[in-house]
Amino acid sequence: MKERPIRVLIAKPGLDGHDRGAKVLARALRDAGMEVIYTGLRQTPEQIVGTGIQEDVDVIGLSILSGAHTHLFPRVMELLRERGANDILVIGGGIIPEDDIPALKKEGIAEIFTPGTTTQAVIDYIKENVRQG
Amino acid sequence: MTLAEGILAGDQRAIARLITIVENRPREAIPALQALYPHTGKALVVGITGPPGSGKSTLVGRLTKRLRQLGKTVGIIAVDPTSPFTGGAILGDRIRMQDLATDPGVYIRSMGTRGSLGGLAKATHNVIKILDAAGKDYIFVETVGVGQSEVDIVKTADTTLVVLVPGLGDDIQTIKAGILEIADIFVVNKADRQDAGRVVAELEMMLDLSSKEVEWRPPVYSTVATSGKGIDAVVEGIEQHIHYLCQNSKLEARRRERYRAEIMNIVKEGIITQLLDFWSVGGKLETLLAEVAAREKDPYAAAWEIMQTFTGNGKGGS
Ligand code: B12
Ligand SMILES: Nc1nc2c(ncn2[C@@H]2O[C@H](COP(=O)(O)OP(=O)(O)OP(=O)(O)O)[C@@H](O)[C@H]2O)c(=O)[nH]1
Ligand SMILES: [Mg+2]
Repeated sequence: MKERPIRVLIAKPGLDGHDRGAKVLARALRDAGMEVIYTGLRQTPEQIVGTGIQEDVDVIGLSILSGAHTHLFPRVMELLRERGANDILVIGGGIIPEDDIPALKKEGIAEIFTPGTTTQAVIDYIKENVRQG
Repeated sequence: MTLAEGILAGDQRAIARLITIVENRPREAIPALQALYPHTGKALVVGITGPPGSGKSTLVGRLTKRLRQLGKTVGIIAVDPTSPFTGGAILGDRIRMQDLATDPGVYIRSMGTRGSLGGLAKATHNVIKILDAAGKDYIFVETVGVGQSEVDIVKTADTTLVVLVPGLGDDIQTIKAGILEIADIFVVNKADRQDAGRVVAELEMMLDLSSKEVEWRPPVYSTVATSGKGIDAVVEGIEQHIHYLCQNSKLEARRRERYRAEIMNIVKEGIITQLLDFWSVGGKLETLLAEVAAREKDPYAAAWEIMQTFTGNGKGGS
């Protein structure tokens, strides 16, 4: 039987209008055989979590270049826990200072990818870490 | 709680999980689908088809908002094409429906076609049933754009909306050929653009010239989906069409054709799976193929030989 496609939500939380990275990533994941739900700019954490649950995604990828990650990333994690959906793998990327990363990981963000990461690194990471079944 | 019980209680995660199973491992979903079946048949299924970028998703978002104002619950299935080369897909219809993501009365699911050619995904029918059992009053099904691929939607929906826009140029000629038969309602979207009036007039003329004897003449609405202009009238048009179907017991007839097709599909798949399972054992099928290749048997004789071995406990297939 054919392998099922991995489903990924690529979301841009907050008011940040930088969507180039998110789009590049969405296309790269599609080309790697994944089903990518792309929801566009200016999503609230509530919308992201609602979408992630309805779409039954394996991965939520958050992209922020505005600096609001310290507030928005933990909020997404909190909502996922509230709704019993913290089995979804959450990763993030964008302009995120090294110093902020340990705290975000403590909140449950599995990995952070900053500028210069290749899309292949992200693809490999997802394939290795996504839940099975 | 079983998945089916969760779905009947309206639990979003249960709905989400069963849809995933239906897409990935359809055989495994059969018991849950069987448990849900008595609770289906209440939802009205509205198909939306039209050229890429004509505003289908924006329209669905607007129509849903209007139905929510009227106190109805809504399920949305948005289908986008899967790349035949990589098996991946970008499912982007939700961009136009962002603010519905937190409304508990709305459930949206994006699907890739995954190799299916008729404009819908293979699992779409079962996803409709799941949302129906979950208590949604209306279910919108957005197809991938019109091409040769609008055929599946008429076999799936109670009411089919065909969306057109100004400026399709010659495309409209090719599109036109097929749409008269499938449209229950026409929507000319992007009416804020020049020439929208001409598209409406052209459609009305086509409908006048149509020699088909019609009990239901598809109404033509113009809308600006981005601003919401004209949306209320489309919702009324959908309600009128449903009313027409109910009055003439046409709804029953349409649905009966769907049940027929569905059962026949299950039967076909079941028989084929069973026969091929049997014939694959010990290379029997390969031997038969070799005989056909060597012109010792013809394809008909070979097929009859396969069919004769049908033992028929009927439990194969998905
Ligand atoms: C292009 C750009 C713009 C464009 C955006 C176009 C668009 N539609 O995206 C425009 C001109 C519109 C713009 C505007 C602004 N910008 Co600007 N912009 C940039 C710039 C130069 C490049 C960003 C980019 O597109 N990179 C290319 C993509 C492919 O890379 P990426 O997004 O980083 O993504 C990669 C990784 O981060 C990672 N990744 C990203 N997201 C995700 C998600 C997941 C899940 C994963 C796994 C990985 C991942 O993978 C990608 C591939 O490697 C950056 C500087 C920089 N060098 O980063 C500033 C920058 C981001 N902008 C900045 C600012 C301040 C602004 C403005 C506020 C400027 C202003 N005062 O008006 C506005 C705000 C716009 C808004 N509405 O939000 C600052 C942000 C500062 C901060 N965070 O503290 C930066 C860092 C410039 C700077 N050094 O000051 N900007
Ligand atoms: N001017 C104008 N633009 C519109 C209108 N409706 C939708 N659009 C825009 O048209 C573009 C496509 O809209 P969608 O709703 O994504 O169209 P779609 O038919 O779902 O597209 P696909 O799913 O990709 O086939 C978007 O940029 C919309 O904002 C309208 O009434 N007027
Ligand atoms: Mg669409």
